[in-house]
Amino acid sequence: MYENPDGVMIGLEVHVQLNKLKTKVFCGCSTDYHNDPPNSHVCPVCLGLPGSLPVINKKAVEAAIKIGLALNCKVEEHTQFYRKNYYYPDLPKGFQITQYDFPISSGGYITIEGEDGEHRVGITRAHMEEDPGRLVHEGTIDKSKYTLIDYNRSGMALIEIVSDPDMRSPKEARRYLDKLRNIVEYLDIFDGDLEGALRVDANISIMGGQRAEIKNISSHKGAERALLFEIIRQKNVLRRGGVVVQETRHFDEAREITISMRSKEEAHDYRYFPEPDLVPLKISGWAPAIKATLPELPDARRMRFVQQYGITDDHAKALTSELKLAIFYEDVAKKVDPKMAAVWVCDVLKGELNYRDLTVDAFKKENMQKIIELLAGKKITEDSAVDIIRTLLDKGGSPEEIVKEKGLLKVEGDIVATAAEEAIMENPQAVADFRAGKEKALNSLVGTVMKKTKGRADARTAREMLLGKLE
Amino acid sequence: MATINELKERIHADSSEEIVTEYLERIEKSKLNAFITVSKESALVRAREIDSQGHEGPLAGLPIAIKDNISTKGIQTTCASKILTGYVPPYDAHVIEKLKAAGAIIIGKTNMDEFAMGSSTETSLYGPTLNPWDNDRVPGGSSGGSAAAVAGNEAPLSLGSDTGGSVRCPASFCGVVGLKPTYGVISRYGLISYANSLEQIGPFGSSVRDVAMLFDVIAGHDLRDSTSVNQETDYSSSLKNDVKGMKIGIPREYFGEGTDKHVDKSVRDAINTLEGLGATTMDVEMPNTKYALSAYYIIAMSEASSNLARFDGMRYGLRVEDSDWHTTFSQVRAAGFGDEVKRRILLGTYALSAGYHDKYYLKALKIRTLIKQDFEKAFADVDVLIAPTMPYPAFKIGEKIDDPISLYLSDVDTVPVNLAGVPSISVPCGFSNGLPIGMQVIGKHFDETAILRAAYTFEENTDFHTKNPEGY
Repeated sequence: MYENPDGVMIGLEVHVQLNKLKTKVFCGCSTDYHNDPPNSHVCPVCLGLPGSLPVINKKAVEAAIKIGLALNCKVEEHTQFYRKNYYYPDLPKGFQITQYDFPISSGGYITIEGEDGEHRVGITRAHMEEDPGRLVHEGTIDKSKYTLIDYNRSGMALIEIVSDPDMRSPKEARRYLDKLRNIVEYLDIFDGDLEGALRVDANISIMGGQRAEIKNISSHKGAERALLFEIIRQKNVLRRGGVVVQETRHFDEAREITISMRSKEEAHDYRYFPEPDLVPLKISGWAPAIKATLPELPDARRMRFVQQYGITDDHAKALTSELKLAIFYEDVAKKVDPKMAAVWVCDVLKGELNYRDLTVDAFKKENMQKIIELLAGKKITEDSAVDIIRTLLDKGGSPEEIVKEKGLLKVEGDIVATAAEEAIMENPQAVADFRAGKEKALNSLVGTVMKKTKGRADARTAREMLLGKLE
Repeated sequence: MATINELKERIHADSSEEIVTEYLERIEKSKLNAFITVSKESALVRAREIDSQGHEGPLAGLPIAIKDNISTKGIQTTCASKILTGYVPPYDAHVIEKLKAAGAIIIGKTNMDEFAMGSSTETSLYGPTLNPWDNDRVPGGSSGGSAAAVAGNEAPLSLGSDTGGSVRCPASFCGVVGLKPTYGVISRYGLISYANSLEQIGPFGSSVRDVAMLFDVIAGHDLRDSTSVNQETDYSSSLKNDVKGMKIGIPREYFGEGTDKHVDKSVRDAINTLEGLGATTMDVEMPNTKYALSAYYIIAMSEASSNLARFDGMRYGLRVEDSDWHTTFSQVRAAGFGDEVKRRILLGTYALSAGYHDKYYLKALKIRTLIKQDFEKAFADVDVLIAPTMPYPAFKIGEKIDDPISLYLSDVDTVPVNLAGVPSISVPCGFSNGLPIGMQVIGKHFDETAILRAAYTFEENTDFHTKNPEGY
């Protein structure tokens, strides 16, 4: 049972952008704007031109239901949109269409690996809203002489996922984000690699005090750092005899600190009221139909990997932590021994990829299959296999080519036998020592065999061969 | 005034270009100030095009005037406000697309109360429009320009918008026919919102038939307006001179204390006329009517405070000298909005604000339901309701503008209709010292057929609609 000595309570608000939908949430503009000039994916609706009206994107509603179901939420039969009124240059209508009462889903949970084992984090709600535009400054926001506004992003569909304050440490917060992102990626409604795809606001309090809201977090690591800083900051306030105030703070990624925004803080009264241009949505019956089409989610896939492939839960957990990796593994495991595949994909390949800051997209599954085939057929050594993987990542080519170039094919049995015989003949002292009971003397003979075969002999085979000849 | 059918004959015989030129000349010579923008060049170009293409379409070659809160691509659209000076929409409203497809020619954009907030067209940046029947008097509002244009023979047809009476009031004051359809029948895509749950675009004409023909062209489902309904109807071919068996309800509350005695008499005489033609009448009670005005203004102002938030000078319209965000957008709005608009934004913001939301906005919504139920109960026993459109004829320019509450009170007979979302048509039914009086025929949801029939029958059997203002 985790003690939580500082009484840390963390809640996270995560905005997931449905960038895999073809169009925005209330208009027909395409979502594919990332490589296009600013203000080139806009129309009267997402610019909020006078007289324009929103029309709900059905696929966005379906995606919202998918997320609600995947987070074990209750999905409503009727849902309603509301206006959140405030003035900001990135908000072209002067209000954001969002949800308030009757959000599309609420009351769910996900399980994460907590400080003390499996830990459940409640999901208060997951609702639909639209993205505002994007502000661009020359340099930093406080030094720039101007602000530019790009409305390509305005109107993109967002799902806001609000957690209960159930996380007890920055590490649990990080794990929650990893898990959440993983689940959403599995649903195939969101490409996490695109800019602005996932945004996080964090709320944290300690010792039952007031909470600070931290904005401008753009990575999972950043979230963890921001929260770590906050705990220290809040503890310092208390130690000095002060009281932590409820406020909004801005996370400075570069300096890894949070800065008070109190001077910019206004008591925001958003004057929520139902959006008159959108009729209430009746979606009863949608959830069961969509539930039937949900893809296999990470936890379910993890259990299936253990059962179907006989691999360890640790391997299964690591392999399903990223959708692409899970798919890669299964493709490989179709052709070769799944247990070997698990070791080589999870323990070796993943490490090499991480070291080079690459994703599994950088490696072809056919190559992994080939390498494992060669290993299984005892044609190459494990060290050679690692070498091949590294060379493929760094230089390219194919396993066959690399084996040929570097002469990595394991040496045939009789060559080893010859080398063993030669080693015995050339090292009488070592032979005598071994026969006298010094086990370690065998190692130097093995070394000699390896030298003679230029490292291509299998060390275990060499040892056995020597033993056989020394009897 | 020439009707659609008469004009179409003239267009075939002569040309659209001739007709359009005549109307343009009258506009140029006029002192009514009915137009903010006159599209002289483009109208003539289009007229020539239609002449060379052979006059296809139900409104082919006919000029039409459009209230300046309806988006017209390439033509300045200002809502009679300084804050939209120079705004040229890049798209046409749905109704404009329909008009163009029917061959109609946009002759210009008409004057209105700023952002449709008013009952007299006196809050316009461009000054008031004059009533053709008496140039010292208001034409009504907020669609004063559109009504005056038809009454003053500057356009045979026009479009306005009706949020709390803004089509029916000027129709009544100007002695023309104006229709507010059931909520959802005409697409609001392209109508610059004042109060989105209350308003509809409405046609003006000099006769019921003309209004029905125009209505046919612009009504219908539009996917771009989520509040638009799917109703396939042909209103003009259901016009019949026959009210035998029609049950007319007379709502007591609409003939209240403040009603001018000529208005009261004219409307009651009109009802008698219809009774003489075979309709039956009965008194009905609509007990929640007395709360309608307050509920209307709270809802309208609340929605308006949100709808007008987009005007910040960043993307179109009035620009002030650049400073930081807060300074700039505040200054744009301070400089760009007139007093009445500011008043309504402030009140609407207040009504929605934390601590007051339930007391005002939510309560108004509840009253709205009660008013809707009043109509539903009444329509269980009758087919249509007949009442005065306005409690009095046109008042003098400047008479009420310094007393906002007095102006709001003039909407007492029109706003309940918007709250309930039912259709209503105003037709001329008499005169008070030479000023037109209008009566409204109110129907059930989606029963425009019944109210058009009652109005048409009345028109066929009287001659109020044939009277024109002196000199027009």
